[in-house]
Amino acid sequence: MTTRTSTLLAPQGRWWGPLGKDERLWFALVVAWALAMYVMMQFVWPAVGEEQIVFDSYKVDPKVFQQLTDDYIAAHQTGTLLNIPIVDAPPGDVYLLGERFRFRPLLNLKQGQTYRFLISSVDVQHGFSVQPDNFNLQVVPGYVTAVTLTPKEAGTYQIVCNEYCGPGHHLMLGRIEVTP
Amino acid sequence: MSANPIGWDWRTCKVTGLTVDRSAERLIVFNAVTAVLYLAFGGTLALLIALTRWPKMHLISNAEWFYRLVGAHGAAMLIFWILFFEVAGLLFGGSILLSRRLTAPKMGWLAYVMMLVGSLGVTYTMLSGQATVMFTAYPPLKASALFYGMMLLYAVGALVAVLHFLVNIVTARLQGQVRTLPLFTFALLVAAILALFTLVSGTLAILPAFLWRLGVIDHVDPAAYRLLFWGFGHGAQQVNLAAMIGIWYALASLTMGAKPINEGLSRFAFVLYVLFIQLGSMHHILVDPGLSSWARGLNASYFMYAAVMGSMIHAFTIPASMEVAARERGHTKGLFGWLKSAPWGQPAFAAMIISFVMFGVLGGISGVIMGGIQLNMIAHNTLIVPAHFHMTVVAGTTLAFMGMTYILVPLMVRRDLFLPGWARLQPYLYGLGMLLFGIGMGLAGHYGVPRRHWDITFPSMTQLSGGVYDGANIHWSLALMALGATIAVTAGAMYIVVAAGTVFIGRKNDVPNIGHVEASAVTPTDPNAPVHHPKGFEAPGTMMLATGFLVLFILLYGWSWFELSKVSWIIK
Ligand code: HEM
Ligand SMILES: [Cu+2]
Ligand SMILES: [Cu+2]
Repeated sequence: MTTRTSTLLAPQGRWWGPLGKDERLWFALVVAWALAMYVMMQFVWPAVGEEQIVFDSYKVDPKVFQQLTDDYIAAHQTGTLLNIPIVDAPPGDVYLLGERFRFRPLLNLKQGQTYRFLISSVDVQHGFSVQPDNFNLQVVPGYVTAVTLTPKEAGTYQIVCNEYCGPGHHLMLGRIEVTP
Repeated sequence: MSANPIGWDWRTCKVTGLTVDRSAERLIVFNAVTAVLYLAFGGTLALLIALTRWPKMHLISNAEWFYRLVGAHGAAMLIFWILFFEVAGLLFGGSILLSRRLTAPKMGWLAYVMMLVGSLGVTYTMLSGQATVMFTAYPPLKASALFYGMMLLYAVGALVAVLHFLVNIVTARLQGQVRTLPLFTFALLVAAILALFTLVSGTLAILPAFLWRLGVIDHVDPAAYRLLFWGFGHGAQQVNLAAMIGIWYALASLTMGAKPINEGLSRFAFVLYVLFIQLGSMHHILVDPGLSSWARGLNASYFMYAAVMGSMIHAFTIPASMEVAARERGHTKGLFGWLKSAPWGQPAFAAMIISFVMFGVLGGISGVIMGGIQLNMIAHNTLIVPAHFHMTVVAGTTLAFMGMTYILVPLMVRRDLFLPGWARLQPYLYGLGMLLFGIGMGLAGHYGVPRRHWDITFPSMTQLSGGVYDGANIHWSLALMALGATIAVTAGAMYIVVAAGTVFIGRKNDVPNIGHVEASAVTPTDPNAPVHHPKGFEAPGTMMLATGFLVLFILLYGWSWFELSKVSWIIK
């Protein structure tokens, strides 16, 4: 026979024992739910979802990444806005550089085309937050976040920096223009 | 308790009969008062930054100051208020509750002084603009070397405090003063063990940053820092969780006479925290210090869900034990007659139950959802994140701590509770404020509004911003957040008046009036009294409520995947 004691007193007698009916039922429900969430995240969504997070990440020297971005911009630039170059991106690799306090270049993409974004930073960490759709990735200097993106709908998307990066954090924006 | 101890300064508590070590008592009062002062400071900053984030008001007109104050608020609250209070709790659980004296009070004072100096130093560097890096201080953002030095001093001080507690528990055990620990003290022990790991991890994160700013090393890997920092940052929340749940149990016993329906199960649930949370952070460090593994985090799932199971067990056993206790006293009417009979006018009870419900329903569910690898993409670094952790660490932990003080502070300083009418109202008002705040902030985050952001209207950047956050839904959400913040800060101020008033000007009274407390909470009962198991469910009301909670959880979880599926980009 088990005993029950106030939580402020040392338990008396034999305080461990088999679970009662209530606890058994609840414990079974909880285990089932934890398993269900596990299966959803590891198996169901990877099989059916279009929004995965299996991106690659490479180490890179920030200077090298900056050079790659400059070369990329030189090859594809079509204009500027607020001193930021605009690029017509061909399908394939797209370079996007975060620096205090802007994302460079601004990108023109085509609906339905697939792009491999290579995103990094020259200075501190930044946030890559695509709005108004709202999906978010972390940008870390010294590492490239490589993620494959396909816009399903045309429109203008803002890239908002949502990792605090210094006194001009609230000025840091980028843009993706998707045309049909 | 035992015969009158000789050779140390003690008194007997006239309410509980416990033997109180006066040196422990002094140390507890110092730590608790310091904690409450940081709460007052952090609460003032909270109002300023919340009213700035409401674009209509945009209170702080200087961006630099806004960022300084956000950083200082985070540090003052999450690190200083919470930890000073927890140290007070550890001192209480390691001496007074066991009716024994502190083994090494000097160690307690050493910890206190280190933490005090460290916390003042951190606050000073943050306010003076030497460390506008938020409390996360991700390198290569730079703060002055003094900032990291003071952080280290604080962390090591906190480590000393935790070790001091362990020394007390171990000597109590060796000297045969305790055998099995009371469940409350056991919860504190779990918190202390978790705290050891997290503080070491935090020290390992900050130390290289300190050396870097001193010029000893020339580079800190930002991804490795993130990993170690979150080994501290996340683990620390598990410390708070264990401490808070310990307090829920304690207050359930004190205000409702609750006895855990299955002590073994409750302890098992605590052990899950120790096992799985630590495996979690260790694993990240062992396999790969780079960003890729942490982002993919395949493993995050199974330890996290094991720890979630621990919390779900407590979520059931705590109300169930209250229900059983009330039924035994004759409140057997229907499913919820026991709930009606609860002491809703007792501030400690109100704080506990509001903390319990808000933590579970708002903080817990949102946390599990955001912790899903893919779902995290639509939450990361938006206002959903602070909305979530204000439900856990403010509506949950902070309110639970407040509830504990409504009973402990009067007993400790032997004075009547100051303004008991305010105390009765305070938990409800605080809960209401936090509810509106959390809903407003969470919705704004759901619409994509970033956290830690001075001005989402981008007035100088309209060509680029395209009015991205100008929608009426966003403005309403942020207005709701500001309203909730104002209510919650008001209720926070009421708490501080009551707590400080009790300590300094409450009416002296050896038997302070702390409202109704169940005698069975502190007086041992007959160990041989058999437990009466009814044929059906013992706690049918709790079963009903818990099932409702699970259904809500499932609905919100499903809805979140639906929201993720609406993102108009294929992300592979
Ligand atoms: C009435 C109570 C409170 C209100 C109204 C409040 C309000 C806020 C607001 C508006 C922010 C800024 C969010 C952003 O812009 O990203 C914030 C951040 C934060 N708050 Fe609170 N807060 C309160 C209490 C607390 C308490 C008690 C704690 C801890 C125990 C806490 C911990 C934090 C932390 C850690 C941050 C994040 C700072 C950062 O991003 O660096 N808050 N709070
Ligand atoms: Cu940025
Ligand atoms: Cu930023």
